[in-house]
Amino acid sequence: MTFRVHVRVMPRAGLLDPQGQAVEHALAALGFEEAGEVRIGRAIELDISAASSDEAEARARLMCDKLLANPVTEDYLLDVETD
Amino acid sequence: MPRVAVVRFPGSNCDFDTLRAAESVGADAYFVWHRDADLRGADVVVLPGGFSYGDYLRSGAIARFSPVMQAVQRHAAAGGPVLGICNGFQILCESHLLPGALMRNTGLSFVSKPVDVIVEQIDTAFTCDYEPEERLRLPVAHGDGRFVAAEDTLRMLEAEGRVVLRYVAATERSPFQPNPNGSANHIAGICNPGGNVVGIMPHPERAADRLLGLTGGSGFFTSMISSHQESSN
Repeated sequence: MTFRVHVRVMPRAGLLDPQGQAVEHALAALGFEEAGEVRIGRAIELDISAASSDEAEARARLMCDKLLANPVTEDYLLDVETD
Repeated sequence: MPRVAVVRFPGSNCDFDTLRAAESVGADAYFVWHRDADLRGADVVVLPGGFSYGDYLRSGAIARFSPVMQAVQRHAAAGGPVLGICNGFQILCESHLLPGALMRNTGLSFVSKPVDVIVEQIDTAFTCDYEPEERLRLPVAHGDGRFVAAEDTLRMLEAEGRVVLRYVAATERSPFQPNPNGSANHIAGICNPGGNVVGIMPHPERAADRLLGLTGGSGFFTSMISSHQESSN
């Protein structure tokens, strides 16, 4: 089976995220003063061939640990699409 | 004279400057392609600056998996000297040959200018020709140069004397060009516990010729010769 996997990679909480800060300032400049704590990460989508949803998630986790996220600076969230 | 392999990735752009700087001090320098699995008897390996594989995903993240990096890993594990300059430093961190990571500059801008750094560790294969605490002016040119590491990693680097280069802190009316990227502890370069693997953000190859105005970087290249002579005696 093929599973569509969504990966969300975010800068680790507590680490300075200058991109998020710049966007927060831009939002404030546009009048969106209610916006705060803006952080910018990366979304990755991929198809994984696997026998089960659990296996697809385990493989995706391995991919994140090895390449898709940097364990020093980033955290990730996985979501496997179910039909 | 040491054989110095300069590794070329698709997107390397400081490869010729680095080769020339190594040749200018008498090294037997040559290029190695990212697909090569053999370093052809290298005594020293240099990963030059640039944008390997377009810096896709993260700077240095893809280069880590190239065939040549397997050979570089073996060379480093055997105690062989490896210098990563700028993108080369990013590749060394992604390869876990050095701890930490290099993130987007605090000011978000790509910074290209000379900065002032202090040589804090001269017991490495690439800094042995400098004086302790020698101050150098070297060019930087990077967008992702902010060194980041876990608190305990930073403490370990400091306690073990593994900060090789440190930017000068910004102070009022200082005549010096300070930390350009918000780097933790003003770190500009570090080494592994053996001192044979060194990563630095500034570009010594751009400051190794009188014609270029700055010469403070040539010590990185003469140190390759000195440390090689010492190790072969």
